Amino acid sequence: MSLSSFDQGRDRSRQAFLSRSTLITSVILIVGMAMVLVLHALPASSALHVSSATVALLGKYFTYMLLALAVDLIWGYLGILSLGHGAFFALGGYAMGLYLNAQTSPLPGWQSIMTWFPVAALAIVLAPGILALVFGWLAFRSRVTGVYFSIITQALTFALMLAFNRNEMGMGGSTGLTRFYELLGFSLSSDGMTVALFVASGVAVLLAFWLCRAIVVSRLGRVSMATRDAEARVRFIGYRVDHVKLALFVMSAMIAGVAGALYVPQVGIINPSTFAPLFSIEVVVWVALGGRATLYGALLGALVVNYLKTVLTGVVPDAWLFILGGLFVLVTMALPQGVAGLLSRWRHRQEASA
Amino acid sequence: MTMNSPTGGRRRSRPLLECLLLCLMLAWGAISAPAMAAVDGGQARALLQALDTRDFQAKGEAAQAIADSQADQKTRWLQALLDGRLGRERRGNTFYIVTDDSGREWPIVDAITFEDAGTGSRRTVDIFKINNDLRTQLQGIIASLSLADGDESARLAAADRLIGDVNADNVESVRASREQEQSATVRDRLDVALALYGVQQGDATALETLKGNLDTRVRNTLTTVAAADGELASQARQVLDGIESKRAWYDRAQTLFFGLSAGSILVLAAIGLAITFGVMGVINMAHGELIMIGAYTTWLIQQALPGQPGLALALAIPGGFLVAGAFGVLIERTVIRFLKGRPLETLLATFGLSLVLQQLVRTVFSPLNRRVTSPDWLQGAWQINEALSLTLNRFGVLIFCLIVFAALWALMRFTRLGLEVRAVTQNRAMARAMGVRATRVDMLTFGLGAGVAGLAGVALSQLTNVGPNLGQSYIVDSFLVVVFGGVGNLWGTLVAGMSLGVINQVLQPWVGAVLAKIIVLIGVILFIQKRPQGIFAPKGRVS
Repeated sequence: MSLSSFDQGRDRSRQAFLSRSTLITSVILIVGMAMVLVLHALPASSALHVSSATVALLGKYFTYMLLALAVDLIWGYLGILSLGHGAFFALGGYAMGLYLNAQTSPLPGWQSIMTWFPVAALAIVLAPGILALVFGWLAFRSRVTGVYFSIITQALTFALMLAFNRNEMGMGGSTGLTRFYELLGFSLSSDGMTVALFVASGVAVLLAFWLCRAIVVSRLGRVSMATRDAEARVRFIGYRVDHVKLALFVMSAMIAGVAGALYVPQVGIINPSTFAPLFSIEVVVWVALGGRATLYGALLGALVVNYLKTVLTGVVPDAWLFILGGLFVLVTMALPQGVAGLLSRWRHRQEASA
Repeated sequence: MTMNSPTGGRRRSRPLLECLLLCLMLAWGAISAPAMAAVDGGQARALLQALDTRDFQAKGEAAQAIADSQADQKTRWLQALLDGRLGRERRGNTFYIVTDDSGREWPIVDAITFEDAGTGSRRTVDIFKINNDLRTQLQGIIASLSLADGDESARLAAADRLIGDVNADNVESVRASREQEQSATVRDRLDVALALYGVQQGDATALETLKGNLDTRVRNTLTTVAAADGELASQARQVLDGIESKRAWYDRAQTLFFGLSAGSILVLAAIGLAITFGVMGVINMAHGELIMIGAYTTWLIQQALPGQPGLALALAIPGGFLVAGAFGVLIERTVIRFLKGRPLETLLATFGLSLVLQQLVRTVFSPLNRRVTSPDWLQGAWQINEALSLTLNRFGVLIFCLIVFAALWALMRFTRLGLEVRAVTQNRAMARAMGVRATRVDMLTFGLGAGVAGLAGVALSQLTNVGPNLGQSYIVDSFLVVVFGGVGNLWGTLVAGMSLGVINQVLQPWVGAVLAKIIVLIGVILFIQKRPQGIFAPKGRVS
């Protein structure tokens, strides 16, 4: 029980990282992105042409997928349900929004440091990260778990929504930040920028997917899954459960912050409604539908639900809340493992019959 | 302490006062109309004719002449003049009083006989105009007229209007009225009015009467007097300080009352959640929507019984309880039952239900807010004194909350169901081993919690408008109350709800409503660091 078994463990984790689902997901992501780019390059007259608007829409979906990954990392693999991840997403978005505003007119007071991209980039990960650190430290230290944690995170995002609605915050009050024109010296309205942001978001999803995959198969990931399944036992074995939770929670918040920062230049606005509890809880449903504790499930869920939302709010706007509400009930009652669970059950059956 | 609903409610007092005056005036007119006028038609016409001048000075003299005349209609004329409703037929010699000037066509009555004269409009009737000086003068005249005759409430209102309005012209007549006055309350009011006049004239002994008087007009006058130099001013300052500190106390009492009434809504909203969370360990995110259902039930019952808000409210209390309770049982039977032992999934599923319920109400009733009229005895305010008035609907909600709490407490303490609920809360497995049918207890508890949420909705409908988003904001607040008070603990919920309500109300003037909410939130988060089990931690070993 020494070096060799440890090495074996590392071997197993390397194998797990390159599992079939990881490969397939990565290939689909890369091929999908490449296809969109090629089709976008076709002349507009072609039937297969993908318009700029569609590329922007897909780029937005990518940021949602990133956010879903962040939620899945802590809900699927750590068992803590955050109903306030929209807050981290929005904080990253506000950091980006300040930077974009600073490009056209100088910002007052402390905000003027956001003019430099490196500072803004730091703020994008640090603002959500520090909030998650402080909040998580307080919560995990006193062993706030389960529904308590969920409601407190909802209260957190609700409080932030109220705070950002105040004009005194210097964040544009209820209108939020808007009027973005330039990013890194390039015009935001150009087609090239749309494509660049789409690619950046796609690459971010891919990187975050690999990062989450690496975490999940690492020793940290295994301790976290053990914590999810039997927290007291892990604590008695001698692990500092609160440290594990804190590490993953902060990591997840940072990913959400990056997602928000990529989201803002693509939609052109960030306002306090992103802090609304409903948005955060919608993210949870993406993950639940796709299948929690499978990273590709989170990506799939985010894509499917948001595509549905785009289509249905256009066709039957009144029915969307019925459908969303119905999804909540349906997924929790009939599909506890989500679509990913269905897929793996189907595969097992195939293997059994083969 | 007097029950004085129509003048109460500092915020609404202006329209209410006007309304009162109008009613008074109409009643006055109704009484005096059939009586024979003490002046004949020609004299009456001459009196009114004198008002028809552009010169406000002359108009004032004419008004005084009317007051000094023997005409029975004089109060109504002057009141109508004050309200801008007295006028003369254009190219004619008839005088009219407009009874309702809200529309384009006004219903009018003859000013002398009070007979119905059809309708008039801006084009056919010239309204006599008044300016601010004349308005003040008219108010004074009407006040002293009402003092001379009229019933006690009219005299009281008149005396009240005289505070700060006594001047060299009318001081003698006020003194005379004071001597003849039978009612002690009216006499006190007149004393204050006369003393205030005395102080303005430099009479230091009059200050004695004004000690501790909370009337704004007294305070304003004294502030002016105290601003000067000299003996009188320093004495006035002392009296003023006394008044200010007394006011501050009443203000605190007012804040406490507002806090308690806000807290009682919180308690009503949270107590159902506390019971279900205690028994089943699940959070019902649709709890806020059950509150909304209770409020809509009230609205529906009121729609079915137009003109009887009292009866509708009385029916809405059991109605709201039953409808919301039925929804609760339905939710428990169809969803929550199948998610046993998975609290996070329950949370998500019930959140989905809350979205569906909201949209359902929006589709069925419309997304607009609905107004529920409160019965008369819940409108207005209980005016304890100038500085302290308790809004009756908030007061009613506070009492209602305490009654509901007492009923729930008795239910938990003395009934079989209560015993079983407490048993399951403490230790589900052991309770089941002892023969408690836990699933049945779950269902009934959930129905009970939902029913209480419905009651919260009934109460809330008396305070605000009813809309699809009514319950949305209550889930976080209610949960904070539950966490703060200790799960499944009725007394804890009561104390926590009330204290959060009061804390919020105390913080609000300092930091504003939003920051107060945030501070309370952070406070509760920090609080559960120290005491994760709430204010009243259960004693002994409770698993």
